[in-house]
This record gives sequence, C-alpha cells and structure tokens, in this order.
Amino acid sequence: MKKVIMGNHALSYGAMLARTQVIAAYPITPQTQVVELLSEMCADGTLNAKFIKVESEHSAMAACIGASIAGARTFTATSSQGLALMHEMLHWAAGGRLPIVMGNINRAMAPGWTIWTDQNDSLSQRDTGWLQFYCSSNQEVLDTVLQAYKISETISIPSMVVLDAFALSHTYEVVDIPDQALVDEYLPKFKPYATVTPDDPRAFDGLTGPEHYMELRYKLQKDMEKVPALFEETGRQYEKIFGRRLSAVEPYLCDDAEIVLVTSGTAGYTARVAVEEMRKKGLKVGNLRIKMFRPFPFEDCRRILAKTPKIAVLDRNISYGHHGIFSQELKSALYGTGNQAVFAFIAGLGGRDITADSFREMIETVSRTDRPTEDILWIGVKR
Amino acid sequence: MKKEKKMTLTLPIEEHIGAGNLACQGCGANLALRYVLKALGQRTILCIPACCWAVIDGGFPHSCADVPIYHCAFETAASTATGVKAGLDMIGDKETTVMAWAGDGGTFDIGLQALSGAAERNDDIIYACYDNEAYMNTGIQRSSATPSGAWTTTTPVKFPKDQPKKDIDAIMAAHNIPYLATASTSYPEDLFKKAKKAKEIRGTKFLHIYAPCPTGWKSRPEDTVKLGRMVVQNGIFPLYEVEGGEKYTQTIKVKDKKPIDDYLKLQGRFRHLKPEGIAMLQDEVDRRYARLLKKFENK
Ligand SMILES: Cc1ncc(C[n+]2csc(CCOP(=O)(O)OP(=O)(O)O)c2C)c(N)n1
Ligand SMILES: [Mg+2]
Repeated sequence: MKKVIMGNHALSYGAMLARTQVIAAYPITPQTQVVELLSEMCADGTLNAKFIKVESEHSAMAACIGASIAGARTFTATSSQGLALMHEMLHWAAGGRLPIVMGNINRAMAPGWTIWTDQNDSLSQRDTGWLQFYCSSNQEVLDTVLQAYKISETISIPSMVVLDAFALSHTYEVVDIPDQALVDEYLPKFKPYATVTPDDPRAFDGLTGPEHYMELRYKLQKDMEKVPALFEETGRQYEKIFGRRLSAVEPYLCDDAEIVLVTSGTAGYTARVAVEEMRKKGLKVGNLRIKMFRPFPFEDCRRILAKTPKIAVLDRNISYGHHGIFSQELKSALYGTGNQAVFAFIAGLGGRDITADSFREMIETVSRTDRPTEDILWIGVKR
Repeated sequence: MKKEKKMTLTLPIEEHIGAGNLACQGCGANLALRYVLKALGQRTILCIPACCWAVIDGGFPHSCADVPIYHCAFETAASTATGVKAGLDMIGDKETTVMAWAGDGGTFDIGLQALSGAAERNDDIIYACYDNEAYMNTGIQRSSATPSGAWTTTTPVKFPKDQPKKDIDAIMAAHNIPYLATASTSYPEDLFKKAKKAKEIRGTKFLHIYAPCPTGWKSRPEDTVKLGRMVVQNGIFPLYEVEGGEKYTQTIKVKDKKPIDDYLKLQGRFRHLKPEGIAMLQDEVDRRYARLLKKFENK
C-alpha cells in the first residue's frame, strides 16, 4: 500500500510492521511524531505492544534493555539531548549485546538551544558499539528499520536508524508500506540468544574482571566486522521479497569520476543535482552516499574510490580539535591504498541550508588545486 | 516424662542465595536479600544496579543466587525492572515476580527519578532498597540516607553530615503506590510477611529495609542483629506499612521507646559525637517519631 507519510511516521510504521513488543520513549522535537503515532497504534490495537511512557530518555533505554533481555523485541526513538542523556545506556545495550532498534533524528546539540539538524548527536555516540544507518528517503527509513531488526537480531548488536531533522523527519514522501505477511516472512519472531528467566537462572552483565572483559569486547568487534557481509545478504533478501535493494553505500556515477562528492543523509540528493549539472558541462563528478557509518564500510569505500583522484567529503558535523568525522573515517579507510586527495568540507551545522550551490562551491574549490589548502574547508560560514 | 522442647521454624528453610558469597562479615544487606527471597521464591528476577550487591553476587561467570539476575546501571533499577516486566508480559509470562534490588544511594539519590517514574506509572514491580546509609561499595561516602551526625569518608569527623536523612518513605507514600513497608533484617518474620504481601499485590511495591554495615559503620559484625533491633526500639527506624499512600499500620509496636545513646555507642561512625550532638539527634528522632505516630492513628 502506498501512502504519503513523513519521515518520522516511516519510523513508526517500520516499528509497527516489525511487530515491536515493547516501546519505551520520551518525547523531544523533532522526534515527537514517531512516538505519537506509535502510542495511537498501541492504544487502538493496530500494534500489540506495551508502550512504557518513561520519565526520561535514560530510563527509555534502560527499559528497552530490560525488555530486550526478557526476550521482547523493543524500539525507541529520540534525538540530540535525549540521545546524549542515553549515552551510558547505549554502551550498556551494545555491551550487553541486545538487539534494540532506535530511531534518532539528527538535531544539533545545545547550547544554544536549537532544534535544527546536524549529525553531532549521533556521531558523538560512534564508539558505543551501535550500528548506525543514515537514511536519505522516507522509504529507506521504513525499509531500514526492518533490515536493522534482521541484522541486529542475527548478530546481537543494537541499531540506530538516523534521519536528518526536518529535511527528512518532517518531509512527506510517497512510501510503499509493505504487507504484514511479507514482513513476517522477512522478519520472523524474535528468538533471543539468551534471556533472564527463572527457568535457566543466570546472572547477566555483572562484575567482569580483566581475565574476561577483553574477550567480550573482542567478540563485539569481530561481530561488527561481520556486519558488512550481513548487510549485503539481508539487503538481497529484502530485494527478493520487497523489490527494493538496500545497500551500505550508494555510488552514483563514481566509476569514471575525477571528483567524488562523499555525503551522508539527505545531502546526497542535493549533491546529485550538482553532479548531473557538472556532467552536462563535461566535468566528471560523482557522488558516494555512505549509509552505514558503523561499522564503517572500509572495503566498499576502498573499492569505489580506488582510482578517484579527488574526493570531496561533506561533513555536517565536527569533532572539535580534529576534522569532520566522515572525512576522518574516510581518510583512515583509504590510508596507504592510493594517492587520492581528500578535501574535507564542513557545512550545514545547526541546520544551515546545504544547497546545490554548496556543492558547486565544493567542486570549484576542489578543481582549483591538486591538494586541499586547508585541513577544514568551511562552506557558508560567516568569518 | 520430660517434655521435649520443640522449635518452630518461622521462615521457610529454602535458601536462594548461597553461603560463601562476597559479603563482608555481618553484612545486613546479605541477610536482607536472603529473607526476601525466602518470601518471593525462585520465580523471581532481580534487577541489581551498582551497589554492594552487584559485588556480593560474585564476579562473572559466577553467581551465588539460584534466581536470575540482571545487573543494570546505577540509576536504572526501577526502569530496568519495568522493562523486564513489560518484556515478560509480552512473551506471555505473567507469573514471574520482578524485583529491583538497590542500595540507598541507588534509591534515595541517583535512581530516585527512575523510581518516581515507575511509581507514578504504578508499574508492577517490587522495588526493594536495602539501606546501609551510605555508598558502601565505593568506600563509605555519604548518601542522602546517611543520618545526621554520621561520619563517612566525605563527611569527615571535622564536618560530619549536618542534614537529616531524606524521608524516602514519605516521598514514596506521596506517590500513592498500593504498598510500601519499612523493615529491618533483625525482624525477619516481619520482613518475610511484608515481602510476601508485596508479591501478591499488583502495581508498585516499595520495601525499605534497614541493613547494618559493620564495614561502613565501624561496628562489630556480631552486633548487626542487635543494631537492627535497637534501631526499631529507639524509634529511629519504626517498622510499618502504608497501603494506597494512606493507611498506615505499625507492624512492630514499641512499648517504651529507648534513648538512642546505646545504639550510637556501638558504631564508630558516631564516636566523635559530643553529648550536645547526641541530644540534637535525639530531638530529631523524637520529633520524627511523634509525627509518624500521628499517621499511625489514621485519622
Ligand atoms: C553513574 C554512576 N555513578 C557512580 C557510580 C559509582 N558507584 C557504584 S556503586 C556506588 C554507591 C552505591 O551506594 P548504594 O546504592 O548505597 O549501595 P551500597 O554500595 O551501599 O550497597 C557508586 C557511587 C556508578 N557505578 N555509576
Ligand atoms: Mg548504601
């Protein structure tokens, strides 16, 4: 069934179709519609789930953790300050290997108070052990929720499905809402690896000394490393059932490109406008959208960008005292593999518009010199 | 013929936590969980945040309990327990009791928000706080459950705690939860009955259990049981229950309330107190006890 829905509701429909059993969430702009629709679905019986209306995001994640270890499929959604408040519990969920799925709407961090988009909230959580998927359309949001459950439950690692505030969360698009029967086929009932139960009484996540801790972390990393292949496989299964392919990276006209614009989230679509325009002018420009940020798609990036002389990374985020985070990660992926010049751009912090002009400016800058003249190339900042 | 003396066991003989765990000698918290689990039985899931009991249980891969335990973050005993209960409900288990088992720090301080949230929602869990009146696991720092006058490592003798203990029971009663009870490890039958009652009631149940800590209080391990009696008989920790936030019942009546001096003398944490200081504490105890007696009248 096709429906015109907002990005936030694509998350809600995803959770509904996944037959999420326990939801614990706390409202924050621009996430509120996710939980409003889910509360309605729980109230009218469309979704048979318990919605715990917690008093904070910290408790939201704690309750998801409790429900997950009890054996239920769980969901939550948040943004920005709420995600930051959850930080301790994000480590807990991943360290405890619980396949929780969460939607996060990218909103810049205060102060000053802001509700507009950038990626510093979710990227600040990059080392918590969560999978992170940055979406660029409402259809992709819904599809990714389902795929995220599939991956998370297979490998026992939680997933974060990420959307730009407003640019995606509040934008209405046509979304194909798949049949429940097909979803059930793709995503069968949650079969937890282990649960807290009196039938097999065990103590979970207790005191762990140096003789055991490191192996637990080693295993988490080893399983993280399996995710790219698992993404590929579950993406193919998804295509078979629903006719839509899901991929960890999305290259667009990259094969012969002399300049590749690397983007994440909705900015990719804007980049394509500039790419097409440049192509018409005879300039060989391409776009690589990185959807999966954790684990970082090293192999894909190395393969796709192996012969690209110039790479322009757009970061809507910053690691203060370093660079934009996607550019750091991409540089580390390419290190020692070739002679690519990586131009690290920062734009759009706190919701400042990223337009086709921003990409035109990037392409001009990249065309002018062989190597970047500055570590960070700022777009649209008043100096 | 000489009449044989018979002893009646007032508590079930079954044990759910094993001997040889990591508790200190004379640990009240150890007794507390032992008695409570005798009442709740094996089909109980514990959510234990950071506190001494996170250690007492034994490090990975060991556990001294025959009940399942989920070790959770410090401030999340209530919210994790709520989640476990919701998860069980959704997988079709409506029988298992879910109990948050936290220290006073995890209850009065850092976990109060989550506890208040669960109580307001009336989530169907037992929240039990074993109260040893300080952060013992991290080395005896003051909590808001530490009584006035007491020494801890963050309230040194030169500047002991000068605020009274937070009245957590009044706070929880104000949430109008179906059941709340105070208990002491030295009145095991009373504690047992209250835990049993809590198990049968739906909604949020709060058990506040006084649990002496020889290590933190600088008392002798063999005085743990004695202290747990004295604290009731001198009115510092009266034993009662509150139903629906309204109906107060004193379960252990105190005939003639003793002065607090002997109780204080058994504990190094009060050693520095001068007679004036003790008099002030006595006054504080008397006033609080009188206020509570009025509540027991239920007028
Ligand atoms: C967020 C957080 N802050 C601080 C700590 C350190 N910490 C662990 S246990 C504890 C004190 C626990 O005190 P209480 O709840 O009274 O239990 P007890 O140790 O006395 O049994 C503290 C401060 C922690 N684990 N997590
Ligand atoms: Mg304590």
